[in-house]
Amino acid sequence: MKHIVKTAVLGAATLAMMAGSALARDLVITFDDLNPAPKESFEWVIEQFKAEYPDINVTTNINDREAHKTAIRNFLSADAPDVTSWYAGNRMAPFVEAGLFDDVSDVWEENGFDETLASTMPSMTIDGKQWGVPYTYYQWGVYYRKDIFEELGLEEPQTWEELLEVSRTLSENDITPFTIGTQFLWTAAGVFDYLNLRQNGYDFHMDLTAGRVDWTDDRVRATFDRWNELMDAGGFIENHATMSWQDALAPFVQGEAGMYVMGNFAVAAMRDAGLTNDQIDFFQFPVIDPDIPNAEEAPTDTWHIPSNAQNKEDARLFLAFVARPDIQTEWNKRLGQLPVNSEAEVGDDKFLQQGFEVLNDAAGIAQFFDRDAPAEMAKAGMEGFQEFMINPDRLDRILERLDRIQERVYE
Amino acid sequence: MTDVVVPPIAGSPAGARRRRSWYRRNRIALAPWLFLAPALIMFAIYVVAPIFQSIWISFYEWDGLGEAEWVGLRNYEDLLYDDRFYTSLKNNVIWLVLYMAAVPAGLAVALFLNQTVAGIRVYKSLFFFPFVISQVVVGLIFAWFYNPNFGIVGQVWEFFGARPPSILGDERYVTYGIIFAGLWPQIAYCMILYLTGLNNVSPDQVEAGRLDGARGWRMLWHVILPQLRPATFIAVVVTVIGALRSFDLIAIMTQGGPYGSSNVLAYYMYEVALSEYGFRYGYGSAIATVLFTIMLVYISYFLWRMWRDEREGR
Repeated sequence: MKHIVKTAVLGAATLAMMAGSALARDLVITFDDLNPAPKESFEWVIEQFKAEYPDINVTTNINDREAHKTAIRNFLSADAPDVTSWYAGNRMAPFVEAGLFDDVSDVWEENGFDETLASTMPSMTIDGKQWGVPYTYYQWGVYYRKDIFEELGLEEPQTWEELLEVSRTLSENDITPFTIGTQFLWTAAGVFDYLNLRQNGYDFHMDLTAGRVDWTDDRVRATFDRWNELMDAGGFIENHATMSWQDALAPFVQGEAGMYVMGNFAVAAMRDAGLTNDQIDFFQFPVIDPDIPNAEEAPTDTWHIPSNAQNKEDARLFLAFVARPDIQTEWNKRLGQLPVNSEAEVGDDKFLQQGFEVLNDAAGIAQFFDRDAPAEMAKAGMEGFQEFMINPDRLDRILERLDRIQERVYE
Repeated sequence: MTDVVVPPIAGSPAGARRRRSWYRRNRIALAPWLFLAPALIMFAIYVVAPIFQSIWISFYEWDGLGEAEWVGLRNYEDLLYDDRFYTSLKNNVIWLVLYMAAVPAGLAVALFLNQTVAGIRVYKSLFFFPFVISQVVVGLIFAWFYNPNFGIVGQVWEFFGARPPSILGDERYVTYGIIFAGLWPQIAYCMILYLTGLNNVSPDQVEAGRLDGARGWRMLWHVILPQLRPATFIAVVVTVIGALRSFDLIAIMTQGGPYGSSNVLAYYMYEVALSEYGFRYGYGSAIATVLFTIMLVYISYFLWRMWRDEREGR
């Protein structure tokens, strides 16, 4: 018994000491990507930060991306770091509403971010306040096998008709037009988002994800009609329901599929799989209705300060640091993505240059289906997309189900 | 403690003496409870309390972050209109029925292995092997088997000139594909239960049966199987429980997909309450409560039989 008491006292003393040293400018930063490029570039940023603020004792945790999505709910209330990475849009809303993220409008004001980060300000704002700062985003679009296109005399399609024509030609040559892996569902949402953005425009898409339009609306049906046309023209690889997006790279790399609706992060994976810059290229998702201005998909990754953070002062320094143009320039060059800060420079990679242009001309920027719609709606919607891709004739049932769920989710 | 009994002195405080003597008188009755207490307390805190807590949460709507909101029976009402719930329930029934194949299959393997041949221990351990490896590994291996592009199933189909089915990507086959993968370790489990049971089969009765001319099936049915009843009972119970809590394989092989068609209640509960797009703890708890009710039927039957056997045994 005496022994136990002794240990307990010792433990308490250690705890007290740890709490004491936390005051001595300890900064705990949690990041959520273990993939090689993001991890290395994050570590580079931390080195820069340490060099600039030698007094701050920085500790970093790097989580797996999927694990982080679950873990954050626990650590925000139980054992919060001083800074954590997360996502913009509806994805941060639950934490903001539960009071788990700190209001960082002051950081925006002091650093003039309302000017330099203006493009993403709407998706960082809830109740007129900002709850984090963005550090990177990336374009979505169609990545294609340039060498196959050249061999068959195909050109980058600009319009819907041209895209269907390209798809038919590829099919005739025993090449599946599109590769996709829908096991984890979200890839199908990328296709839906683009079809809907092109068919009905940005405002309609936002209304749909915000629950202001019914899924059984004729305009939504028109989007699915386009999807059907694409599938009739050769469409997507078989067995996509059992593949992840990485698995779906295989047919693309082996030349069995010609195109891939994807985010720019896929380029690194394509290069790792042995494709060269001469073999892959990018085009903006083609226009369906010429009257509708092109809106794009560009998910934004962000930094936040948990309300339970120990060292909010230095955390604010870090937020200001990661949004600085010079840091964003170099960070995104290493990351292979686009800086958000308008004063930053874009890397000279051809995909980044093109993506930068596309996003600059965009009439609106969507975050992605599962970040724009609330979680439950997102899950049901993406399951519906997958079911539609396998059984297009069930469309009515799927849309009615989505309507029922919508009614409950947004009540 | 000394057992020297002080003779009662007239006028000593009666209350204290009576209390001590009450403890003395009931020591034998109390001792087991004292020994049981740690286990009982643990069981109450970590098993019984969470059950009631979970039922309690099922009357709320709660995202795990904000305030929980009392909604009464609405979560159960939502279940009534939830296609995914019915799919999961139906799959649970399929699991229960087909998983039972593990019991006779395990018996067959056990009978086959119950002989004295050189190196039989090696064979036995090889057959037991699938139960030792993690369900995650089993799931991964079978997912590769089933892959129509490079898996063995695809190769076999192509050898016969047929187009391979996408077992895990087709709502018609997916549940059967996963159950088949689950049977592999479950058969090994039943086998080991029967092997130990076969060790206890009395040679006298087998001998007597043989003298009476019983052979083959008749011997198995009338002499061996009755003696294996305890093993059969346990095998059925673990298989039922295994089927009802099938989770790991589904999580590894399909995540309930395609579009929820391979879900079972246990995984659906996890998906609704804890996965990336979930965090509806009330709804998840309602599913858990339904699953618990189904399990309760088996558990009560199990307890009732144990109680009856024990009473007969006395």
